[in-house]
Amino acid sequence: MKVISIDKTEWANGIEKTKSIYRLFGPVKENTWHSFMPLGPGEQPDMAYGNSRLSPKFLVHPQTEPMFEYNLDEKQADHHVLKEIPKDVSPKAIIGIRPCDASAFLLVKRNFDTPTYKDPYWLTAYNSLTLIGYACNQPCSTCFCTTAGCGPFHEEGLDAILVDAGDRYLLKALTEKGEAYIQSAGWATSAPSDADQSIEKLKSTAEKAIASHVSTDKLRNQSTTQLYDAPFWEEIAFSCINCGTCTYSCPTCWCFDIQDENHGKCGVRMRNWDSCMYPLFSLHGTGHNPRGAKAHRVRQRFMHKLKYYVDKYDNGIQCVGCGRCIRLCPVNIDIRKVCNQMNSYDPAACVCPV
Amino acid sequence: MQNPYLPYPVKIDEIITETEDKNLKTFKFVFINPADEQKFAYRAGQFAELSVTGKGEIPIGIASSPTEKGFVKFTVNKVGLVSSFLHNMKVGDVMGIRGPLGNSYPWDVLEGKNVVIIGGGFAFTTLRSSIIYMLDPVNRPKFRDINVIYGARTPGMLLYRDELAAWERRDDIHMHITVDATTDPDWKYNVGFVPTITEKKAPQADSDTYAIICGPPIMIKFTQPVLDKMGYGHDHIIMSLENRMKCGIGMCGRCNVGKEFVCKDGPVFTLAQLNTMPKEY
Ligand SMILES: Cc1cc2nc3c(=O)[nH]c(=O)nc-3n(C[C@H](O)[C@H](O)[C@H](O)COP(=O)(O)OP(=O)(O)OC[C@H]3O[C@@H](n4cnc5c(N)ncnc54)[C@H](O)[C@@H]3O)c2cc1C
Ligand code: SF4
Ligand code: SF4
Ligand code: FES
Repeated sequence: MKVISIDKTEWANGIEKTKSIYRLFGPVKENTWHSFMPLGPGEQPDMAYGNSRLSPKFLVHPQTEPMFEYNLDEKQADHHVLKEIPKDVSPKAIIGIRPCDASAFLLVKRNFDTPTYKDPYWLTAYNSLTLIGYACNQPCSTCFCTTAGCGPFHEEGLDAILVDAGDRYLLKALTEKGEAYIQSAGWATSAPSDADQSIEKLKSTAEKAIASHVSTDKLRNQSTTQLYDAPFWEEIAFSCINCGTCTYSCPTCWCFDIQDENHGKCGVRMRNWDSCMYPLFSLHGTGHNPRGAKAHRVRQRFMHKLKYYVDKYDNGIQCVGCGRCIRLCPVNIDIRKVCNQMNSYDPAACVCPV
Repeated sequence: MQNPYLPYPVKIDEIITETEDKNLKTFKFVFINPADEQKFAYRAGQFAELSVTGKGEIPIGIASSPTEKGFVKFTVNKVGLVSSFLHNMKVGDVMGIRGPLGNSYPWDVLEGKNVVIIGGGFAFTTLRSSIIYMLDPVNRPKFRDINVIYGARTPGMLLYRDELAAWERRDDIHMHITVDATTDPDWKYNVGFVPTITEKKAPQADSDTYAIICGPPIMIKFTQPVLDKMGYGHDHIIMSLENRMKCGIGMCGRCNVGKEFVCKDGPVFTLAQLNTMPKEY
């Protein structure tokens, strides 16, 4: 699809216009960090940002979300019967989402959109979104997207991609949704003839700037039970404090809990983010816990992302290489290192001292 | 879009205390909207989420059989938050059922075969469903010999005692009921642990004989070597797993064993399948 050039002085105006149709979300600086926030009248996304501290996954999968409502008052009709809460299907757009975070939605979609069951909460929210991505000219040192099935200019999962070309923006529509958004902004649709070359040049510079990599080629052929029994899990998990920061900040983690919350005689059934890092996540009512030790839970996180997901969908690892878990882990546990360790694991070569 | 988290509203129709310690009760539910019964069409071995409004949901095996119409039955052990609350509910109370969930016993494979059912403790619920299903006059000709080995600690801890006695009197099913120990002089069945009785009473293995085992981990641990010794192939040993669950539809991420979700890809697996999976249950 075609690329348009936007004069930077025109940018804010166009964004402002789209607010009559879309509820907008974009990166906003709060103290030191950027977060995705609703953009009210006059508010603009901060396009000078690197990436947000927490991923924008909460715009599709909120940290806490009501599913049903009910009343427990036996005098009321329909007491104790769960009722669906109408969902917001109005159009929304995220401006400036990074390609990794957008492609993470596609990866998570495999979990929520299956032939047998469709998750109406996730899908309704996702379908109501238009994703206006923002290519990364200057990736961070912890980004390893290019070897995690993604990249700084990766287009898959986006409706349009915006490239900062110095004095102007280049904006490329990728889907009809993206076209519609661009239309609503009313930017002059001049199509510079050198746009494609400019983008290619910036893209190749950005890709070369990605300094860290993972190897994933052998994961598929590793035996699940041998990897599971590998001797390195205790060591990897040693310093982990099971804080859950890695899973909460990750755009590709989706696990959740379901809880009933009562207020007097009324209540809502909620769903809340959960984490495989917590012992309660898998604790049976009998007290038995199949992942009772810290090392079991750390192993679950990495095995899920780097082996079970790979085997289940045959579509790469459950990680887009955004590097958040690496930057935020208080004890410096590094998925790149673990991934390479799992990938190169050779059970035959592993002779443990007896 | 069909909401797979929305339970069918049901009313408690009957509550039966099953065991002498009163920790196990069978709940019979009827659907408030009669059309929901059709939508809840299930197979023996599946489970459902019992939704206690205001408390939460628990995954429970379906104890009634698809051949029993007009109601569904579940037998619930009193364990924690939701199951204890449910134990205090009354006939007429309204709650919800979500399902049916999970795969089931492999009825297509079992057709035309000998079936050996081995159960222990209160994990006999979906086995009851299976027995009632196979004994239905329409279905009985589809199966060959049916053997049932079922044990509990004491006679008073056996589930469905009236039905067990009725099955004992039939000649198209071989019952081997046992208890760990008893002081009851009128006890006329076996005394001994399930693995021991299995060794004595289970038919020899052949390619047309399948064993379904459900019970506490300790029973399974000691029964499996017995079946191995008798020559049962691991693809002829069928088990049902339990893991903590919430969604029941493979989405919330907690019940996995390797890449399989117990809720959606299970709960029923063959031992041959389990051998290739991490032992995380
Ligand atoms: C496929 C399947 C079939 C089952 N069939 C039966 C049955 O027929 N009869 C019976 O009495 N029990 C059965 N169980 C076990 C039963 O689900 C738990 O005993 C029950 O969830 C405990 O809930 P609670 O709220 O009373 O306990 P709490 O400890 O307060 O549990 C809180 C929550 O954790 C989850 N949870 C806790 N333990 C388990 C567990 N073992 N399995 C799954 N989720 C759990 C539930 O969501 C529960 O609401 C089955 C479990 C599974 C997975
Ligand atoms: S962020 Fe680090 S310390 Fe915290 S749970 Fe994850 S790996 Fe463990
Ligand atoms: S696992 Fe870490 S690097 Fe990969 S997507 Fe999640 S937060 Fe980003
Ligand atoms: S219970 Fe949610 S994935 Fe199985």
